[in-house]
Amino acid sequence: MSTETNTEVRTTPSNANVLRLMMTRFRRGDSGMIPIVVGLIALGAYFQIRSSVFLSVGNLSNLMVQATIFVLLGIAEVWLLLLGEIDLSAGFNAGLAGGISVILTDTQFHWAWYFAVGLSLVVTTFFGALWGFLVIGLRLPSFIVTLAGQLGLEGLVLWIIDSQGTGGAISIHGGFLYDIVYADLSTTFTWIFVVGTVLALAVTLIRRNANRAARGLESVPMALLALRIAGLSIAGGLLIWIFNSNRGKFTPIKGMPYAVLLVGAVLGICTFILNKTKPGRYIYAIGGNAEAARRAGVAVNRYRLMAFMMTGLISGIAGLVYASNLNGANDSINGGTLVLYAVASAVIGGTSLFGGRGKMVHALIGGFVIATIYNGMALIQLGAPQQYIATALVLLAAVTIDSVARRGSTLVR
Amino acid sequence: METTPENMNLTSSDSGLSGPNGSGVDPSAPMLLSLRDITKSFGAVQALQHVDLDIPAGQVTALIGDNGAGKSTLIKTISGIWAPSSGTMYWQGKEVHVHTPRDASHLGIATVYQDLALCDNLDIVQNMYLGREDTKAGLLDEISMEITTKQTLADLSVSTVKSVRQVVGSLSGGQRQAVAVARAVMRESKLVILDEPTAALGVSQTAQVLELIRTLSSKGIAVLVISHNLNDVFSVADRIAVMYLGTLVSHGPIANYDRNSAVEMITTGRSDRVSAAASSN
Repeated sequence: MSTETNTEVRTTPSNANVLRLMMTRFRRGDSGMIPIVVGLIALGAYFQIRSSVFLSVGNLSNLMVQATIFVLLGIAEVWLLLLGEIDLSAGFNAGLAGGISVILTDTQFHWAWYFAVGLSLVVTTFFGALWGFLVIGLRLPSFIVTLAGQLGLEGLVLWIIDSQGTGGAISIHGGFLYDIVYADLSTTFTWIFVVGTVLALAVTLIRRNANRAARGLESVPMALLALRIAGLSIAGGLLIWIFNSNRGKFTPIKGMPYAVLLVGAVLGICTFILNKTKPGRYIYAIGGNAEAARRAGVAVNRYRLMAFMMTGLISGIAGLVYASNLNGANDSINGGTLVLYAVASAVIGGTSLFGGRGKMVHALIGGFVIATIYNGMALIQLGAPQQYIATALVLLAAVTIDSVARRGSTLVR
Repeated sequence: METTPENMNLTSSDSGLSGPNGSGVDPSAPMLLSLRDITKSFGAVQALQHVDLDIPAGQVTALIGDNGAGKSTLIKTISGIWAPSSGTMYWQGKEVHVHTPRDASHLGIATVYQDLALCDNLDIVQNMYLGREDTKAGLLDEISMEITTKQTLADLSVSTVKSVRQVVGSLSGGQRQAVAVARAVMRESKLVILDEPTAALGVSQTAQVLELIRTLSSKGIAVLVISHNLNDVFSVADRIAVMYLGTLVSHGPIANYDRNSAVEMITTGRSDRVSAAASSN
């Protein structure tokens, strides 16, 4: 063994090596989301060829709104998937939030929307915590606990909606719940929001790189940084194009729906917690090796409970968007399928089912894939059977890639 | 790394140890850790019987013995996994009571178990700081943690790691051991206990770990290492402690032992070949 000490500062890989770096990463299985984005573009091209409507701004903005529900539920699931747990009740927990808030605002109760929304989110968070207590305290598998939870919450949703005596459906009469999906930011604010977000992310990336370089640490090559910022800008430009073009058939409709803003906020906050705070770090650690985390002094059960509660809370938020999109609460909500789409979103994006590996943004990209299939297949007039089968194939492909990549990868499992 | 003046006196791994007098330890200086009459029983089973052991600072003590001789029980007692049934522990001359791993780590005892307790999905920096992250304004201070990690690894002459931002799952066995040891050292440990650090390693990996152990002791850190491999023991240890059926049958400077006597002590609990000083030290 060489005893010489390697204290010299590693220099930044030159720009010419970026391609090689990316190839190595790809082989190691942490190629990031590039393959998924490529797949998404291919899907988009296919549907556009089959149906000229697919890439119209009207349909794309519709697709975005459809995606918000998958993305939000996917984010909810990522919290638990990172721990190697799962919440099968998230779909009906969402239904519960929708049901409670619609009943409280739009039936005889006439609650102010913020109380109704607040209470419904408290309830869904409570159920998340309840599953957490059962899983942690009694050491039951989360799969079974939340499967029971799924059935139980389905019953609860049916019960509260049917007990209103409106035939299993309660509609929203305007107001906040309606506005989540059907009211838009003005075009000016859409510009401000998108450009502001892209700028903030770009500045963060550049500053972090500069700080690292200033302290003598390895930094990302400029070319890669420029690529990332270009990617962000393109995504931002697409958003502005989609939402600020007129998509109304009779009256002009322009601007970004609040639901999209909401997804952005939830995604941003969750990513921030995971990447920048101790609880986030501990969730990764527990997912990787709970015993090691425990021995390092991490209060393992506290953070597991936190993840269950986050899943409950974000499922509730997804439920509000769902109710808004449906313009009401309905006892025929299929929470079982929804939750499977949610898990599929996270896994397609690249989050592992076995814990320790994943990102919130995976739910975003995976949710888009699911929504694209869902939307595109409806456009080319394929029915539910083909939609289910196509989604199944995509999910299977994602899991296969995930596990094959992991075999030769940097992660031992 | 903190090194107290009296520790410095004891950092004589290159001088007296292999010399003819073979003592190697200044008898007037207090031992870093002394065990007196430590007994540990589990029900009717006496896992440790009247163990007296001295661990001087800055030296490598090898704890050897056959399976079931009580080596693991002894290190678990020292590192606070369980309290001894009777007996006394002295830390730098003062009586201490170690009831939990936290007590042990407050004293400066760090134990690296065979499973290393690393999170494969986290990178080296994240593992080194797990449970005690640096923060700035409540947020993780990655830059400061990364700098300290690099420094710590450099101090330990760990030069084979490509990037401290590699996930630990991608490291070799020796590198993983190095990360686990570096984590222990970073917590200002005075005594690092290693449980079979070379058990699963190949030749060059083993050499790396042995080098790491030497580096630790040259920095004034005491090392207590369990090993089954007498080659490793004789190449790295300053002192040997032999356990046999729950008793510490012999301990002393390595010069008092040779391979044959060590094997004899491990298998039968006694040896005529060990020089007189050994068991009395």
